[in-house]
Amino acid sequence: MIVYDDPDGQPATDIPVRRIKFTINGDMKIAEVEPRLLLSHLIRRGLGLTGTHMGCDTTNCGACTVLVDGRAVKSCTMLAVQADGHEISTVEGLATASELHPLQEGFKEEHGLQCGFCTPGMMMAAKALLDTNPDPTEEDVRWALSGNLCRCTGYQNIVKSVLWAAEKLRA
Amino acid sequence: MSQALDEIKIGGLGASRKRVEDNRFIRGKGNYTDDITLPGMLHMEILRSPLAHARIVSIDASKAWDIPGVHLVLTGEMMATRNLAWMPTLSYDTQAVLATDKVRFQGQEVACVIADDPYIAKDACEAIEVEYEALPVVVNPEQAVAEGAPIIRDDKENQQDNVVFDWEVGDAAGTDRAFEQADVISKLKLHYPRCHPSPIECCASIADFNRATSKLTVYMTTQAPHIIRAAVALVAELPEHMIRIISPDIGGGFGNKVPVYPGYVCSILASILLERPVKWIEDKTGNLISTGFARDIYLDGEMALRRDGKILAVRMRCDSDHGAFFSDAQPSKFKIGLLHSAFAAYDIPVAHLSDRGTYTNKAPGGVAYRCSFRVTEAMFFQERMMQAAADDLGMDQAEFRRMNFVQDDQFPHRTPFGFLTDSGQYGKCLEVGLKAIGYEDFRRQQAEARKRGRLLGLGISTMTEPLGAGNSREYDILGIKMFDSADLKVHMTGKAIVRTGAKTQGQGHETTWAQIVAHELGIPAEDIVVEEGDTDTAPFGMGTYASRSTPVAGAAVAMVSRKIRAKARKLAAHLLEVSEEDVEWELGRFYIRSAPDRGVTIQECAMAAYSNMPDGMEPGLENTAYYDPPNLTWPFAVYIATVEVDPETGVWDVLKVVAVDDCGVRINPMIVEGQIMGGLTEAYAMASMQFITFDAEGNCVGSNYMDYLLPTAWETPGFELHSEVVTPCPHHPIGAKGIGECAAVGGPAAFVNAVIDALSGMGVRNIDMPLLPDRVWEAITHRRDVYGGPPVRSDD
Repeated sequence: MIVYDDPDGQPATDIPVRRIKFTINGDMKIAEVEPRLLLSHLIRRGLGLTGTHMGCDTTNCGACTVLVDGRAVKSCTMLAVQADGHEISTVEGLATASELHPLQEGFKEEHGLQCGFCTPGMMMAAKALLDTNPDPTEEDVRWALSGNLCRCTGYQNIVKSVLWAAEKLRA
Repeated sequence: MSQALDEIKIGGLGASRKRVEDNRFIRGKGNYTDDITLPGMLHMEILRSPLAHARIVSIDASKAWDIPGVHLVLTGEMMATRNLAWMPTLSYDTQAVLATDKVRFQGQEVACVIADDPYIAKDACEAIEVEYEALPVVVNPEQAVAEGAPIIRDDKENQQDNVVFDWEVGDAAGTDRAFEQADVISKLKLHYPRCHPSPIECCASIADFNRATSKLTVYMTTQAPHIIRAAVALVAELPEHMIRIISPDIGGGFGNKVPVYPGYVCSILASILLERPVKWIEDKTGNLISTGFARDIYLDGEMALRRDGKILAVRMRCDSDHGAFFSDAQPSKFKIGLLHSAFAAYDIPVAHLSDRGTYTNKAPGGVAYRCSFRVTEAMFFQERMMQAAADDLGMDQAEFRRMNFVQDDQFPHRTPFGFLTDSGQYGKCLEVGLKAIGYEDFRRQQAEARKRGRLLGLGISTMTEPLGAGNSREYDILGIKMFDSADLKVHMTGKAIVRTGAKTQGQGHETTWAQIVAHELGIPAEDIVVEEGDTDTAPFGMGTYASRSTPVAGAAVAMVSRKIRAKARKLAAHLLEVSEEDVEWELGRFYIRSAPDRGVTIQECAMAAYSNMPDGMEPGLENTAYYDPPNLTWPFAVYIATVEVDPETGVWDVLKVVAVDDCGVRINPMIVEGQIMGGLTEAYAMASMQFITFDAEGNCVGSNYMDYLLPTAWETPGFELHSEVVTPCPHHPIGAKGIGECAAVGGPAAFVNAVIDALSGMGVRNIDMPLLPDRVWEAITHRRDVYGGPPVRSDD
């Protein structure tokens, strides 16, 4: 929602708005959005889910990675209107009320994060991997995360975190 | 008798305690600047210059003003009416906030728009019409000092050229004499390319001026909130007690978030003018092309050697490129930072270093990117020079270093540039590293492989670096002395809060500061919260950069804990009804010397401080400590990498990386190892791919993550870390030394030395970073060095 100042008392310019329907972390939502609105901005500003971070706006850093119908997607590269009819999962949907997701536990156990900015995107990209490949090799993990940049950790502990989670999920 | 506390179990010194900050980050509940929304908040976007050097003929913002939702358009002219078009830098220069006369680098801030929505603000920026008259462009120091070069800083009276400073240190005459005595003189010339610290989170601020209270609150991505408060007070002429800087969670800093940037200043002015909160979120291109870059220095040096390998002297002549404004964040006494910490690990009698800083039409900065003020450049040159000298002498790389190391019994050791290194066991660290990499075996394999045309190489980098500025006698920024602080409040139930003048950006202060308190007082770490970054609550400190948190703020945490313990001892004596002299301390508990089973815990003392203090004692159990370190801390590190180079393509793969870090006492070994791995990755990045260059017109090549390459999980090698050698820092209260940046400082030379070693016998002495495959291929194919900044390209 945007409220404009109208200093000249003129009729507001007609801003095209599209109505979309989507699911976020299991909740059904309806939103009215400008066609140019990025999905990442809908998630962050529209829904207040600020765990999805924006690092680069150019689909390189992967901090904004979410799942769309179970696939890892960089949400700064998708328009909100393209989410119409789809299911989106963000970092906020990983844990249940009482329990952390094994990926969240793994990142803490293996010191897979430092500043924490890339972490939600890393965990969502890793979730997309583990959902399809429950027993990945180190190489599988490194490849699956190669669209996500981290400047703090050197990745070694991130890889260990994902393998930790994979093992726990298999158990 | 009560059971003594197990320090590791209570999360004290040496515990690999899991990080408390992770609890929010893994849930997506961090609180970064962009996550904060204030009522009535507006959004700011910046219009940047497309040209590197041009006179501004006119700026027409009328179309921007006409866009619905636009509240304010700021230009340099408007800033000038408030005396805010220019601001002082951290290095006694000035920097344009919004350009008035001309633009001096591509990406310079020209105007900004404040609107209801960031999309509208961006639209309005595009509607601003700026007419430029292009000027000749200077993109490197050579061009800057060439005859007829355009004067970039014609705004400065008395600035007749593009030289920022000429600075020298050491003994020039003594060095000359030593060179006359040399059997062998070894020379090396190289370029450390410009790169960008590039935290994933860009810079951001939300300024919130409240007219009713006259209070300005600014949420911002700053590594040094108190410095910012002082800067805002001076620049914006606001009373300091009415300014509150809050640095919330920071998505990586690495030096990039130390300086004051025009975006911060504009958001503050806009909030004051509009009396509403104004949020500025920088985009990645803005971050990469306009904020604190690092390095960009040409290093030319030589070493005087005796035939047997003894180093007699070193001479370095450097040319540093500072961009359009000299805004390096560094101690004011040292124009080119601590570049003269080079060769501190070696016993060298005499040395001389000079540096000429130049203005160019590039972004300002020269920040310490994951290093202590130009130490990365120093150690890179040092270790490349060591390799070249050993090769010139025909000596073994390890043996040449070993025989020139400062020996264990020589500490404290005065370097030829005047630093005093504190402690170390250099030879022992090197032995650990050589054993871990399998030195002798590798050399045999290397020779075997060479016979079959395969190019294997091994690179060694050994170094000590100065971490933890001050002391305050020598280190200040803009005259503000570089000490730090901690404030500890123990509540009546024995729980506590500690605040420091540092500011964590991933280093894990919320976890480790509690461990220091646990070590000193025996209060379990989980009973202690740590808070930083709010200038209204934190004690004054210089912030977190240059690996100074543990050496300075961490020391302050130990010292304030000791003040608390001293008062608790009095309370214990009162509770035990004995004199203070009869009270002994063990972790978490005071007891009577003659009756050890009679004692009181620190928690009981805390309760007494609020409920049962002796007559005349000031109530409460709180204190503050300011810590001015007697010296820098000097960790030592050995990094060894092995590589294989493909002679057909120039592509090189890392086979193994070994790191031996002696950083004194480790507060949290898990966090220390995390820092080392992160540093090694940035070292690999700089050696292999990460650089920013400019074409002849001053267009920045590297303005986004498609051009500015950062290694991913796929390219980054694995690391083997060693912590066998521990030399406690003799002057730090808990024996710790800085560590956050060692691997980024010492690491690059290990990779480059390994590649050069792989090409031995090919007549290749140097390939400048980054060692992109085409540069390595060029060296192999043409049997020659590849020198200089990445090529200045032109469309003609």
